[in-house]
Amino acid sequence: MGKVVLVTGVARQLGGRLVRRIQRDPEVDRVIGVDAEGPGHHLGGAEFVRADIRRPAIARVLAEHAVDTVVHLDVTGTPLGAGGRTAVKETNVIGTMQLLGACQKSPTVKRLVIKSSTSVYGSAPRDPAVFTETTPPKSLPSGGFAKDAVEVEGYVRGFARRRPDVAVCVLRFANILGPCADSPLADFFSLPVMPTVFGYDPRLQFVHEDDVIDVLRIALHEPRRGTLNSGTFNIAGDGVLTLSQCSRRLGRPTLPLLLPAVTWVGSALRTVGFTDFSPEQIRLLTHGRVVSTVQMRETLGFRPKYTTAETFADFARSRGPGLLPPETLAEAVDRVAAALSIGVLDGAPVEDGGPAVTQTTHSSGQPG
Amino acid sequence: MADAKVIPFDDDRSRGGGAQRPVRRRPASGGRRKADAAAVRDAALSPLPGPQTGEAGPGPDAGPAAPAEPVRGARSAASGASGDAGGAGDAQQDGAPVTAAGETPVTADGGWDRRIAGGLAFLRRRITGDYEVDEFGYDAELTDHVLMSMLRPMYQKYFRVEVKGIENIPSEGGALVVANHSGTVPLDGLMLQVAVHDNHPADRHLRLLAADLVFMLPVVNELARKAGHTLACAEDAERLLQRGEVVGVMPEGFKGIGKPFSERYKLQRFGRGGFVSTALRAGVPIVPCSIVGAEEIYPMIGNAKTLARLLGFPYFPVTPTFPWLGPLGAVPLPTKWTIQFGEPIPTDGYPPEAAEDPMLMFNLTDQVREQIQHTLYKLLVQRRSVFF
Repeated sequence: MGKVVLVTGVARQLGGRLVRRIQRDPEVDRVIGVDAEGPGHHLGGAEFVRADIRRPAIARVLAEHAVDTVVHLDVTGTPLGAGGRTAVKETNVIGTMQLLGACQKSPTVKRLVIKSSTSVYGSAPRDPAVFTETTPPKSLPSGGFAKDAVEVEGYVRGFARRRPDVAVCVLRFANILGPCADSPLADFFSLPVMPTVFGYDPRLQFVHEDDVIDVLRIALHEPRRGTLNSGTFNIAGDGVLTLSQCSRRLGRPTLPLLLPAVTWVGSALRTVGFTDFSPEQIRLLTHGRVVSTVQMRETLGFRPKYTTAETFADFARSRGPGLLPPETLAEAVDRVAAALSIGVLDGAPVEDGGPAVTQTTHSSGQPG
Repeated sequence: MADAKVIPFDDDRSRGGGAQRPVRRRPASGGRRKADAAAVRDAALSPLPGPQTGEAGPGPDAGPAAPAEPVRGARSAASGASGDAGGAGDAQQDGAPVTAAGETPVTADGGWDRRIAGGLAFLRRRITGDYEVDEFGYDAELTDHVLMSMLRPMYQKYFRVEVKGIENIPSEGGALVVANHSGTVPLDGLMLQVAVHDNHPADRHLRLLAADLVFMLPVVNELARKAGHTLACAEDAERLLQRGEVVGVMPEGFKGIGKPFSERYKLQRFGRGGFVSTALRAGVPIVPCSIVGAEEIYPMIGNAKTLARLLGFPYFPVTPTFPWLGPLGAVPLPTKWTIQFGEPIPTDGYPPEAAEDPMLMFNLTDQVREQIQHTLYKLLVQRRSVFF
């Protein structure tokens, strides 16, 4: 008998993609998609149950279909359609509590996969440069999605204690990007001019949507030989990009603002509903966050197909050129080189351009 | 003080006579250094400011080339650039007076072309974001080409840093460089970084561990991360050491850098000795390092504690010039520096559980501290004057 998988949050792109993908897995008999709203995209023949996970009705869905694997993706930072931050928080926290309560009652559930986020580590100057799964955060997130994620993880730990027979896998994703990402950070990168915090150049890590689907599939199936897929894992692409690199690769100029002004601009943007520029988002864009993915590779046995830089390149392609496309700038430099009748030595060991030259380079190239 | 004249001055060296030249590069062997230095003592005791007025010959010629030339020479040799560039650098170092005077106009054209091309390639990579940073935010390219060039004049011309015992830093694998900390403003860390970068034969890059204050200040934190510094915590140190990096730490912390002038060259408590257990866990040698000269750059005669508390700093220095002269008072005194790397203390002989043994930790911490303190005293006795 194959698996019966229940996926929450299928009205979002990610949930929809996961449902469509695992339909094709031979081990999976049935897939049941759950969300409070109908999905705008097709689910590839999966059964859709309109149920609000904040209500006890979810327990009935679990029992009715004899679900044995629950994938909880409905932990997100952005509201779907109408509804503000309150509704998101309700769904994140109360929804998780209800779902876990239902799972605890259900005798059939054998596996639980939770989508969490690396924002549970917070971002602070006193933090170590790289977080491992066991690093205690120096400053707990004070609000917003990060706090939701911390609370969700707390409830999941309680559930894992009470139901030791259920394999629980918590996946802490770095910022998810890709052609159809709809995260606050993706919105931020779509701004024509990106406000940044003056004097800070955060290190960021991204994970590609395709990799998210793949790792969720690893987590919801039986573990392969030599790997273990229950526990908490950081999921991120290899490598690191700084925000200044991101802006240059996107070709979108930055507008460095002093920290208080950023907070103000953030709340202004939030008021007009343009992007979710929450305080924890600003902290991320101030101090940055990098996580260690050793556990993901060695214990979970997952190797992401996209590095952080490749993920970002894929995202950048999907968003169209910015105001200062890097190709144009590169061409301009080439033209200058041609005008001076010298070839730009690509890849050749770079001689020092003389202190004057390099310094102007630095100041013109730096957004901060 | 014998070695004090061995100064990495390209133009000075070219005038100073033959004896100085071999020493200018990294000190490969102690014996040779001593001999050379003895010769130099007589040959080159002519005072430093002298050459400008004394030697009219190379003066005008060196004028246009001088600002860039030493930097380039050091760079091309240090980064092991392509044969051509390395050759040019070497030629300049060895055939100093003649080439400097005669060949400069000939090589300048080709040199400038290459340099502009290189600068444009660099510019191109920077503005398109086509460069790499590691997980700590270390931007090797920016550090090599910009940050180090900005620090180098201070290193070479202002503090005239002399480096001894660079061979004590292993050519490969991790090592923990433990240094004394002084000078009110952590210039000693930056100079230490330039010293390792410019002098080590294997092009090691020092990764410094900095206080959390550094990462709270805007601009400073950005530059610190790009220069490869990271927060002084056991996790980061261990991660760097396991990657085989040379890590620099100043365990005295604020107690050392913010101590009054009257206590100069008296080592403070070495934190809680966390650096020893980190080195032990990573199994890397500890290289004690003594820095002489940094204590006197800002003689701290007072500490405005209330102001410091108000600003959130651990101390607020009052020196004979600062804050009385305003920004002018913030100019450090041009002291002569010596950085000596001592014999490495191996830690790989201990069993893994040794890192949990507090007694052993205290003993090793004391051993490192004593060694640095003794070297400091020795260097101070040898020192002729604070400024020369």
